[in-house]
Amino acid sequence: MSGPEALPLAGRVALVSGAVEGIGRAACTWLAARGAHVVVAGRIADDRLEARVAELQQAGGSAEGLTMDVTDPESVQAAFQSVFRTHRRLDVLVANAGALGDARLGMITEELLHTTLEANLAGAIRQVQGAARLMQRNRSGSIVVVGSIMGLRGNVGQVPYASAKAGLVGLVRSAAKELAPAGVRVNLVAPGFIETRLTADLDDAVRSERVASIGMGRAGTPEDVAQVIGFLASDASGYVTGQTIGVDGGMVL
Amino acid sequence: MSRSAVEEIFVDVLGLEPPVDWDAVRYQQVEGWDSLGHMTLVGELEDRFGILLETDHIVDMSSFDKALEILRGYGVDGV
Repeated sequence: MSGPEALPLAGRVALVSGAVEGIGRAACTWLAARGAHVVVAGRIADDRLEARVAELQQAGGSAEGLTMDVTDPESVQAAFQSVFRTHRRLDVLVANAGALGDARLGMITEELLHTTLEANLAGAIRQVQGAARLMQRNRSGSIVVVGSIMGLRGNVGQVPYASAKAGLVGLVRSAAKELAPAGVRVNLVAPGFIETRLTADLDDAVRSERVASIGMGRAGTPEDVAQVIGFLASDASGYVTGQTIGVDGGMVL
Repeated sequence: MSRSAVEEIFVDVLGLEPPVDWDAVRYQQVEGWDSLGHMTLVGELEDRFGILLETDHIVDMSSFDKALEILRGYGVDGV
């Protein structure tokens, strides 16, 4: 099963946060190609957001843009209100928005701590709560939260980021238990070293070190992660909930 | 929409027996209005009136009268 016809999502409404670049962008492409109407959510309404929507539409997909800053509770509520007013339903949430913020112990400022936890953990909780409201109404739905291998294994210089991503494990396990009776599934994808804007700025030495730690000998692509997100979003994983799936090529930290 | 539409939802979801003393219908004061019943109640009100309540309003909806007040804030007329 590899073609677009294999996992039909026609008629489903999918909201993807952090959708402008990287994993979120690839997830949008995957979902739209399977027939889902994709709500492409970005932090700010800019040309890049419009370009992503146009990109999906030009490929024959159905899509719309939506502004959602996951660090702003009112923005998140407004976003889900918008989805409700427009579609009256939500079938898939890909909670992908996040932000890196590296600092070694002793150099972690309160601002860095706050922004990292807000963007990666509190923002995800807000999205899951909003999605749960809409999905419970239809007694179905799939929530896919995008975490990180750093949240499972930890890493030097990433205490706030890894802590926030580790928190997503608790979020997913708890939400999965709470929402299972309503037919709503919640799962976590934990990517390893993926070629995205977040990793583009690493110097060559760090990049080489990271790749050397990957059993499969290469960095992952956003598409590698999008395929797993798509699987979890689809009915092919209809009996899977509360799980964490690593997409890391056998990375060892 | 009339107040009776809201009363009907409360009666159905909470299993209230008539005659109902609506002033006494409060969260965790009547059988069935627990946290699970609360979310069912919210869902039924939202479906009926085509609205999506914000989190603060869901938490604040602690009585039948408060529910009416909140619904009015969403433009639900006649309640």
